[in-house]
Amino acid sequence: MTRTWSRLVSALAIAALGVGLAGCGSDDDDPLTGGGTSAPASAGTIVVGSADFTENVLLAEIYAAALRGTGANVTIKPRVGTRETLVKGLQDKSLSVVPEYSGNLLAYLDKTATETAPDEVYDALKSKLPDGLTVLQQSSAEDSDVLVVTQQTAQQNNLTTVEDLGPKCGEFVLGAAGEWKQRWEAKIKELYGCTFKEIRTTDAGGPVTVEALKGGQVQVANLFTTASAVTENNFVQLKDTKRMYPAQNVVPFGRADALTDAARAVLDKVSAALNTQRLTELVARVEVDKENAADVAADFLREAGIG
Amino acid sequence: MIDDLIDYLGNPRNRETVRELLLVHARLSLVPLVLGLLAALPVGWAAHRFRVARALVLGASNVLYTVPSLALFVILPPVLGTKILDELNVVVALALYTAALLVRPVADALDALPAHVLAAATAVGYRPLRRFLTVELPLAVPVLAAGVRVASVSNISLVSVGALIGVGGLGQLFTEGFQSAYNPPIVVGIVFTLALALVVDLLLVAARRLLTPWLPRRGRGQRVRPLPAGVDVRGATGSAGGAA
Amino acid sequence: MIFSSVVEWLADPANWTGTGGLLRRIAEHLRYTVVAVLGAAAFAVPLGLAVGHTGRGATVVVGAANAMRALPTLGVITLLSLQLGILEVGPVLLGLGILAVPPILAGAYAGVQSVDPAVVDAAAGVGMTSWQRLWRVEVPIAMPLLLGGLRGAVLQVVATATVAAYVGLGGLGRPLLDGLRVTDYPQVAGAAVVVAGLALLLDLGLAAVQRSLVPRGLRLASRTVGGAA
Repeated sequence: MTRTWSRLVSALAIAALGVGLAGCGSDDDDPLTGGGTSAPASAGTIVVGSADFTENVLLAEIYAAALRGTGANVTIKPRVGTRETLVKGLQDKSLSVVPEYSGNLLAYLDKTATETAPDEVYDALKSKLPDGLTVLQQSSAEDSDVLVVTQQTAQQNNLTTVEDLGPKCGEFVLGAAGEWKQRWEAKIKELYGCTFKEIRTTDAGGPVTVEALKGGQVQVANLFTTASAVTENNFVQLKDTKRMYPAQNVVPFGRADALTDAARAVLDKVSAALNTQRLTELVARVEVDKENAADVAADFLREAGIG
Repeated sequence: MIDDLIDYLGNPRNRETVRELLLVHARLSLVPLVLGLLAALPVGWAAHRFRVARALVLGASNVLYTVPSLALFVILPPVLGTKILDELNVVVALALYTAALLVRPVADALDALPAHVLAAATAVGYRPLRRFLTVELPLAVPVLAAGVRVASVSNISLVSVGALIGVGGLGQLFTEGFQSAYNPPIVVGIVFTLALALVVDLLLVAARRLLTPWLPRRGRGQRVRPLPAGVDVRGATGSAGGAA
Repeated sequence: MIFSSVVEWLADPANWTGTGGLLRRIAEHLRYTVVAVLGAAAFAVPLGLAVGHTGRGATVVVGAANAMRALPTLGVITLLSLQLGILEVGPVLLGLGILAVPPILAGAYAGVQSVDPAVVDAAAGVGMTSWQRLWRVEVPIAMPLLLGGLRGAVLQVVATATVAAYVGLGGLGRPLLDGLRVTDYPQVAGAAVVVAGLALLLDLGLAAVQRSLVPRGLRLASRTVGGAA
């Protein structure tokens, strides 16, 4: 009887050792580390979330590094998903702040919004915020969705603007992220008379979309203005003359109760220090040079004299 | 390729990320293993004891397999009322899969117990619970261990799918690498997933040996067997409900 | 309440037809599954039978198969996509094939190993050659476990083929992932139900095949054949 028990205890000890090693690590909340952990957030921790495309992950790293500079305990949850998931995360307090884009966020909160200019969008956004959530100062840095085609397609069809594309949409397949259809299908028809032959889900401006455009599986693709893929592949950006895509200024979006004064101040500094060109360069370092996003974030903050 | 790998691992931030993700991954795969086993014991016992329960339970676990794990991760928050990014969603889902996987081995193991041993235990005066814990369970260990080993590998693989909902342990390396069109994180993620599976498997084998010292070690009479051969072929030759 | 919205989503014909409709997705999903499993079987069945029959190389082969189980499919598919070309179907088929090999190999090997040595001995005594012993005696007796392994592989691959959508391909993972992105839970659950339904149908089909292929004598003699898996 005792032998059985001692054996059982030894086996359990081994199992506990295994699980314990695993569990221990999660409490190891070294505030100096970059990279995502899912360590449970204790009170007073700021949790920065991000969507699943590179630029947003970079912005989250920048916010996190800046916030750590104020002495706060910060964790990052990268690549959480799309806006829907991020907003839910903010509302159920899993997240404290996320880097957002003024125009798309406004469109998400108010489907009938018509503002397109940066300041108008920002003011409208402030008036449509859900309870408990707030936006800080927006940055001049913009990253907008943009419809692109290959050089060849542009030349063959004389395309420089989305207006040019409109009547020809029926011949083309569009490659975009899964949520594009829901967000923009009706609007592009209304503004440009464009109904694509097919809207195919590729990804959020990632390698699948780029590959599909290069390979001809899609003829039009939705990418982002700061993405390196556009210049790397010599794609032609179609001008959004009727402003279907509103201004997309980078703006911190988060829980009012989670952001201390110090946090808000430092994030405002970050927003002021960022501009579109700088952002594009930083994104290129991560996307093309494959540098670690946290390293790039640290460099940016150092150069901007923040934290 | 090797150069890229060296560059990637040369950066301390990357190493730190990998280390953290590995620990998260271990936690997310092992905790459900234990929970699933604990849940499977009473349910498997019921299936062994009551004919009706057996059909019901085995049918239900077979159906559970076919649900893609990603769907289960996503459906749980509204059902359980957990927060959307809570690791608990992954833990509960994997515990369900583990339990579904282990119910049959528990039932089979209990079925296979020699009746005369049970009779002897009862004759000596063991009450049902004591008999279960000190006689039936230990004898069931070999069959159970095979099932637990399969479940552990399955869990370790399924956790990476959680990356698609932002809770993925080493899976995050796969999505990151793919998004950036960069191999090293993916390779490192695969290697460490394999390493984790190996370590856990060794721990489980050690635990089994500890619990069943009366069985011979490898050697006479011990054939090399694929993990679950002889155990529920369908449920155990495969892992649980897929990876997405 | 979520249950009724799932039923609604499934009942809506618009979700089934068209270029992105469920019918097309099911066809794509089936294609990935069937090709991957057949490919894996073409490799794993002969190997498993050979190793089981000759008894040689078991440690290495079985060990390798067990290690393969631990390969994370998402990782394998993303890596192969980057190497062999994104939007190519090859990486997905290879990744799913790798997933299918261990259960099929295990089934074939276990099946041959499960043959009573006395029976094999009797066959030798009657004058059968090695080849004859394999095909006339061992394989038929191995059928239940072999097919059981196949069924297990199909089940796993059907559930896992949803990953194909992550690297830009089709299949039932597409409505699953797209629904996930916009937190359209009825769509996610609906897609999951279809995957589960597909898996069950395939399994029932294979169970029928199993019943017809297992020799009658074996079925009568064994109390757990057919339902063994």
